[in-house]
Amino acid sequence: MEMRQGACWHAATELVPGCDGRQRGSGSRQTSADAGLRVPGIGFDRVPWFDRVQGVRGSGAAPRIDYRQAKADVAKKAIVGKKVGMTQIWDAAGRVVPVTVLSVEPMRVVRLKTRETEGYSALQVTFGYRAARQDGKRQSGAKSAYARGRVNKPEAGHFAKAGVDPGERLVELRLDDVAGYEVGQELTASVLQAGERVDVTAVAKGKGFAGGVKRHNFSGQGAAHGNHKKHRAPGSVGACATPARVFKGTRMAGRMGGGQVTTLNLEVVQADPERRLVLVKGAVPGPRGGMVVIRNTNRAVSSSGNGSGAGGAA
Amino acid sequence: MNPTDIIDRDYLREDIPEFASGDTVKVHVRVIEGSRERVQMFQGVVLRRQGSGARETFTVRKISFGVGVERTFPVHSPSLARIEVLTRGDVRRAKLYYLRDRVGKAAKIKEKRTERP
Repeated sequence: MEMRQGACWHAATELVPGCDGRQRGSGSRQTSADAGLRVPGIGFDRVPWFDRVQGVRGSGAAPRIDYRQAKADVAKKAIVGKKVGMTQIWDAAGRVVPVTVLSVEPMRVVRLKTRETEGYSALQVTFGYRAARQDGKRQSGAKSAYARGRVNKPEAGHFAKAGVDPGERLVELRLDDVAGYEVGQELTASVLQAGERVDVTAVAKGKGFAGGVKRHNFSGQGAAHGNHKKHRAPGSVGACATPARVFKGTRMAGRMGGGQVTTLNLEVVQADPERRLVLVKGAVPGPRGGMVVIRNTNRAVSSSGNGSGAGGAA
Repeated sequence: MNPTDIIDRDYLREDIPEFASGDTVKVHVRVIEGSRERVQMFQGVVLRRQGSGARETFTVRKISFGVGVERTFPVHSPSLARIEVLTRGDVRRAKLYYLRDRVGKAAKIKEKRTERP
């Protein structure tokens, strides 16, 4: 009896046979929040995420996650680096640790964005160096996404206003609060420490136009049993005369990769401001030489990640 | 040179003798049993060396109670106490996979008559 009172959806199974609007309204134990979620024949208590759904809907039964607050908390600290590549090192116990090497050049703060003026808090930083434009010569085109050409006049003015040497590119780092930072300040890898948990964001490698097997992990089809030239085909994409169309969002072949990807909850193995290096355990999105943003992890995932961290940390 | 060599360098061991496939080596492996640490031997022919930098590994093959046993070690692993080179083999290839199909005298490797400088 206690369970029934504590969790309203248990009552749902009783009321299933006459599951219509009138019943819903008159159901004595029902609250408006879970009445709408009722599905005949399904014991919701067995759905693992059901408590959380209840929490979000404000039934008050489950612990509530304030997603607005979570969104507002972006990061306490963040730095920019470049992916150097992956290798392995040994921990104190002699076990191999796979690491991604990130080079973190000293960053210079070019501008502060605050909640009062811009509506959000962020640091605008630059790193590396870029030569000033030479008068009379045409500006050379972009050499690559990161090693760009020379500084043009608007950019030069922006850097001059901050009193900062022009860098390779301008990067905005969203932070919870920029108090304590000032324009012209230099940030290095010393921001991070070994053992910390970070999220790493980068633009993933583009895979081009990819089929369903690669893009959505479709199983493909058999090699034998008379299959003819349909080994990696997606199969059916829908039904027949009903609905007589393909549903939106149906997974098919298409452009894959090339988007922003964040790897959550990586462990900082080593932060070496002198050699301008940060080592994180595990893989990081993007190509070698690609720019990455490293920020302290601030996701719900981190709570479950702590468990794996205890096992993973040497 | 790989860009990650800057990290690999810190983890490379200087005390590893020069050896190649075909050599007979005795690998002293540190084994941790509970709180105790002891050294275990693994003696056999080096079948191959693979990889580079901190990721380099080598495979040793021996016949144990009539069964072929192969073990692969990272060259620069801190759990290797010592690598002892017993003989230098005179072989003409880098990967001696053909040894797997041979037993007894056919699996014998000639010893190199001149020591490497």
